[in-house]
Amino acid sequence: MKKTVFLGALTVAGLVGGAAAAATLDDVKARGKLNCGVNTGLVGFAAPDANGVWEGFDVAVCRAVAAAVLGDPTAVEFVPTTAKTRFTALASGEVDLLVRNTTWTFSRDTDLKFDFVGVNYYDGQGFMAPKALGVSSAKELDGATVCIQTGTTTELNLADFFRRNNISYEPVPIETNAEGQQQYLAGACDTYTTDASGLASTRAAFENPGDHVILPEIISKEPLGPLVRHGDNEWGDIVRWTLNALISAEELGVTSANVAELASGPTDSPEVNRLLGTEGNLGEMIGLGKDWAVRMIAAVGNYGEVFEKNIGEKTPIGLARGLNAQWTDGGLLYSPPFR
Amino acid sequence: MTTMTDPPKASFRLSQLIYDTRYRSYTFQFIALILLAALMAYLGANLVTNLADQGQNISFRFLAEPSGYDINQRLIEYDSQSSHLRAAVVGVLNTLIVAFLGCLTATILGVVAGVLRLSPNWLVRKLMAGYVEAFRNVPVLIWILIIFTIMSAVMPPPNAFRGDNATASMVFDAFAFTNRGVYTPAPIWGAGSLVVVLTFLASIIGVIYYRRYATRLLYDTGKLLPMGWPSLVILFLPSILVYFVMGQPISLDYPALKGFNFSGGLHIRGSLIALWFALAIYTGAFIAENVRAGIQAVSKGQTEAAASLGMRPNRIMKLVILPQALRVIIPPLISQYLNLTKNSSLAIAVGYMDVTGTLGGITLNQTGRAIECVLLLMIFYLTISLAISAVMNVYNQSIALKER
Repeated sequence: MKKTVFLGALTVAGLVGGAAAAATLDDVKARGKLNCGVNTGLVGFAAPDANGVWEGFDVAVCRAVAAAVLGDPTAVEFVPTTAKTRFTALASGEVDLLVRNTTWTFSRDTDLKFDFVGVNYYDGQGFMAPKALGVSSAKELDGATVCIQTGTTTELNLADFFRRNNISYEPVPIETNAEGQQQYLAGACDTYTTDASGLASTRAAFENPGDHVILPEIISKEPLGPLVRHGDNEWGDIVRWTLNALISAEELGVTSANVAELASGPTDSPEVNRLLGTEGNLGEMIGLGKDWAVRMIAAVGNYGEVFEKNIGEKTPIGLARGLNAQWTDGGLLYSPPFR
Repeated sequence: MTTMTDPPKASFRLSQLIYDTRYRSYTFQFIALILLAALMAYLGANLVTNLADQGQNISFRFLAEPSGYDINQRLIEYDSQSSHLRAAVVGVLNTLIVAFLGCLTATILGVVAGVLRLSPNWLVRKLMAGYVEAFRNVPVLIWILIIFTIMSAVMPPPNAFRGDNATASMVFDAFAFTNRGVYTPAPIWGAGSLVVVLTFLASIIGVIYYRRYATRLLYDTGKLLPMGWPSLVILFLPSILVYFVMGQPISLDYPALKGFNFSGGLHIRGSLIALWFALAIYTGAFIAENVRAGIQAVSKGQTEAAASLGMRPNRIMKLVILPQALRVIIPPLISQYLNLTKNSSLAIAVGYMDVTGTLGGITLNQTGRAIECVLLLMIFYLTISLAISAVMNVYNQSIALKER
């Protein structure tokens, strides 16, 4: 009897493994919940608040997709993933979508069989050091002990940077951001390196943020974006256009405050009308119904609102828009047209 | 006259496979074998098909590509341009170091604690019971993290040693205990140091011979030669003499604060210390119980008989009890060594780059070759476990009760 159950379970496991590749949208709808892979805890990007509710810049993308697909921004099961476990979680189907400050690279897109649907944050790798150390440039870090999250692109950039500048260092591999913070504060490493946004977020959580400086060198390009599995293009399209809708909404001046009013009837701007479904049927083309973008923007706001609320200059993290401004403001955000 | 009739010709019928007791067991074993093989084939085919569905294959070519990452503790030449294979070897060596150090320390701790648990002294006995229960019943991962956290939080960072009003100072100007690990002097092997080392090795052999000779003399004639101080003299005097005769070829490289860190000397990293100590005290608690069980398995009559011959308690333990107890202690000790070696794969919790951290961690992550990496890891741990078992079994056989 036991053996039969075991063999049955194996067969089912095999079948499920084969079927997981297609129709993520149907799975999510049937489940009534979106499984979203996020960081284990990076204030401003993805971290539970005092009541255990996840919030942050990456979390907002998850909530936007849930609002667009299921009509409910809270219908998200957040799966905390480490740098090491994130890809396995996505590839195995444990999460439908990974929004975890993940750098878009060639090999991840091709060899690991994922699809990056866009960039939600243009980042670069930096260094943080205590002011007391008296370091003003990363090139002065010869012989330093560097805390580094293992299993990330930053680990490879770090090796390249020190090799190119012909200086030595001692890496201290750590598993999570919290661990890195602890080691850094205890002085077990001289400097902590990760994406500049992550450094700002980590520093904001310190008791005395002013005692630490982020060094001016940005040693890599780190376009961070949401990603999905290869092979389910419909699902990839939904996530891609959700992100684009957030960006376009800011460009077109649609906010969470005025979206209901703008969506109540056709406005003067045809592009706003198409985005909000009062003209044309873009929503139906991706299988989500006319008002998908309205639900989404009403729930989380546009890209600019999400940025200001979670990581903007008024928050403790205090990041400037910089590269992440709209193309009209000299940034890199440029959504393809809704047409 | 009797006629010899041949036994009826065994005309084999198919039904005999089930109804004949001579064949039945083979039939069922054969069926079980086929089923097992079919199951394995099914699982294997399942793996290959599912991988093919995802457009992946099994290939070990990634091992030759440059790894791109650095490792802090390396016994062999390695940098970020070395291959993934070399990174794996660095990891293997790191695993072996911590496993060796751990097994050695755990054995010493375990034997001492196990013997002391049976001490007539109430305080000592209870202290050891406390040690065993506290360490045996808390997961080893927790101990690793506790020791590591204590080290990095309590010990001073290197820059506390700096300046005129430094809050920390080096012990004997030679040892620095920091939250990045312990810096100790390292020997520099100058010309002629080989002679000193060889002399020392010869001295060790000399000590063993002297002790054997003394034992034989004792058994043959009853004459007791002193063991302690002559051993020490034989061990150290020739080496020290040769050291000065050769013109002091071995000198020490003292660690000194330079730049961000101490440089020079030997750096025993905090991650190694945490992992090593945690594994040693955790496994030591189990070994202590094995030792206690082994000693208690020796009948009390043996102790009493030895005592009635006028032997002192230390000698009773060394000459009568432990040799008999070893037969009970060694087999479970083997599995403790295997456990320790396998538990060393928790190294990543403190960022110690063992083989699970390099091959099964960063390499796996950067190349995405999970199945290949895990397969190699399994082969490695299997090999090392079987090797430990083999060595320990040989030792076990040499001390086992010889039945003649």
